[in-house]
Amino acid sequence: MKTRNYKRVYVWELPVRIFHWINVLAVTVLAVTGLIISDPPAILLNMDASESYWFGTVRFIHFTAAYIFFFNMILRIYWSFVGNKYASWRAFWPFTKKMWQNFLHVIKVDVFLQKEEKPDIKDESIGHNSVAAISYIALFVISLVQVFTGFALYADMSNWWLPQLFTWVVPLLGGDFIVRTIHHFSTWIFILFVLIHVYLVFYHDWLEGKGEVSSMFGGYKFVDKDRLKDKTKESVSENLPKTTEQES
Amino acid sequence: MATKNEVKDKTYYEHIIDQGYSRRDFMKFVTYITAYMGLETSMLGQVAKALETTTRVPVIWEHFQECTCCSESFIRSDHPIVADIILDKISLDYTLTLMAASGHQAEAAKKATMEKYNGEYILCVEGSVPLGDDGNYCCIAGRSAKDVLEESAAGAKAIIAWGSCASNGCVQAAYPNPTDATPIHKIIKNKPIIRVPGCPPIGEVMAGVILHIITFGKFPELDGLGRPKAFYSKRVHDTCYRRPYYDAGLFVESFDDENAKKGYCLYKVGCKGPMTYNACGTIKWNNGISYPIQSGHGCFGCSEENFWDNGPIYERMTGLHGFGIESSADTIGKVAAGVLAGAIGVHAVSAAITKRKEVSDHIARGKKNEQTLDS
Ligand code: HEM
Ligand code: SF4
Repeated sequence: MKTRNYKRVYVWELPVRIFHWINVLAVTVLAVTGLIISDPPAILLNMDASESYWFGTVRFIHFTAAYIFFFNMILRIYWSFVGNKYASWRAFWPFTKKMWQNFLHVIKVDVFLQKEEKPDIKDESIGHNSVAAISYIALFVISLVQVFTGFALYADMSNWWLPQLFTWVVPLLGGDFIVRTIHHFSTWIFILFVLIHVYLVFYHDWLEGKGEVSSMFGGYKFVDKDRLKDKTKESVSENLPKTTEQES
Repeated sequence: MATKNEVKDKTYYEHIIDQGYSRRDFMKFVTYITAYMGLETSMLGQVAKALETTTRVPVIWEHFQECTCCSESFIRSDHPIVADIILDKISLDYTLTLMAASGHQAEAAKKATMEKYNGEYILCVEGSVPLGDDGNYCCIAGRSAKDVLEESAAGAKAIIAWGSCASNGCVQAAYPNPTDATPIHKIIKNKPIIRVPGCPPIGEVMAGVILHIITFGKFPELDGLGRPKAFYSKRVHDTCYRRPYYDAGLFVESFDDENAKKGYCLYKVGCKGPMTYNACGTIKWNNGISYPIQSGHGCFGCSEENFWDNGPIYERMTGLHGFGIESSADTIGKVAAGVLAGAIGVHAVSAAITKRKEVSDHIARGKKNEQTLDS
């Protein structure tokens, strides 16, 4: 058995992790409140309209979460210009050869579960792999769709200039009906994304044991020592905490 | 908008007085119509002045693929001066449905107006235009609607697209739109067009729009879809008197339940008020007597584009075409999620089989490390 030495690499910086969990929370709240808005349950309250406001509250939560979702997204876009290379927009850029090689590799090994003839550690992704990157691009696009359609629907309920920036979406698409239909449909894309995303995170963690799940808490992933530039120089390992993990 | 050719033409005011109305009637009418134009009371003087000084603006009213409900609605707008005097007796030079003349005479009258007032008349269009089969689905006097429209639009100063047919295509443009029914703005590109959707539009709204144009010589303020803001800037939902029930989450579950009797919100039985821009909640219908929601029936969004293709009338669901009848976003979503969950299950099981060597290696190493732990 070949010995593999692992080094702890700081992959997800704090802002990325904060973004991730706020996003999780916001999307969950938005999807749940959104689906309630689209089909409110028959809660039989023995109350007069003047005493109850639950549906208004659900909508209020949806709109509040929408703002959080939106600003969080803006901050993440900012961080993709100043953050580390795993946070950078370049990590999502789909037009490089490397990206597509890795894409094919992941499709082959992780989606169709084929054997590799000659496993190459270069194929192991440190940040997200290429298939994941593509899925985040899709998520980003669908988030934009959600923001544009959502704020377009919202604009008429608000006097603030920010929602007003989106009023043109309604005439472009033809009316609130279609805007709302798209908004509703995209919600399901979020749900499907979450299913796949969560499953694959667990799958990788289970298969590779390199801290896939915990990386979004602490920020670290474990990377084969052979991938570090200079294995003998101390400076490399000195920058990292002295906790080189080992397997025999 | 005085017409050069007709220096001696009478003003609207003079016409109204000639018809036997008093100055007092006239001022009452001005107050009424100013309100309906969505203008402030301080504009009363300007409206009166405009009617006193403007000479008549000729109007040509075309009828294509339509049911005449727009005309019906218009002549029922609740002030006699509007339909009777302003249009019928004074301005309306051509309208197949209401004019006394017919056949060649009618066409001759139209031709005369188009020539005499070239570039000055207002063209009102009721109905959509079928472009399929060379336009043969709708012909007037032996010519296709498209032909007729293009001719009368050429000399028009501006165009009013009455109702959902002319604005959006309405029900004859519903999927699969067999005649290729097309709204006016998709055919005429070089003229200002105001869209007044609704099936039909509210009579008072129509009156307000046309009076604004003939008194001030320009369109009222329009929104992004070319609709007059005064009437189409709010959702029916935003002015609905059942709105408190909506916010309180008190909904009618079916038309014969207790909640329906109590007048709760109709959202769950398909009310499209939240997506529909119209003035039904404020101006109402039949001289302000009622409107659909007040009568216990949800709004079905007649003034919105594609309202007939946006899912069932009595359900609050998000429909989609091409995925089979009655399929909603949620059904598709649930099926997709189910299929996906199945695929994930299959993947997990196959992964456990195909990667078993890798995983058991990991486990073996881990165990070995555990045994060699120092303390
Ligand atoms: C992950 C993001 C989001 C999800 C999953 C989501 C989901 C939903 C769903 C399912 C609905 C019900 C649609 C229907 O009636 O069929 C809805 C309604 C709505 N959403 Fe969102 N939404 C999201 C983001 C946003 C954003 C960013 C805004 C911006 C303000 C927004 C504003 C609205 C508005 C205005 C409505 C209509 C509410 C009403 O008329 O009562 N949404 N949303
Ligand atoms: S009845 Fe229709 S328009 Fe009125 S509050 Fe309910 S959903 Fe809105």
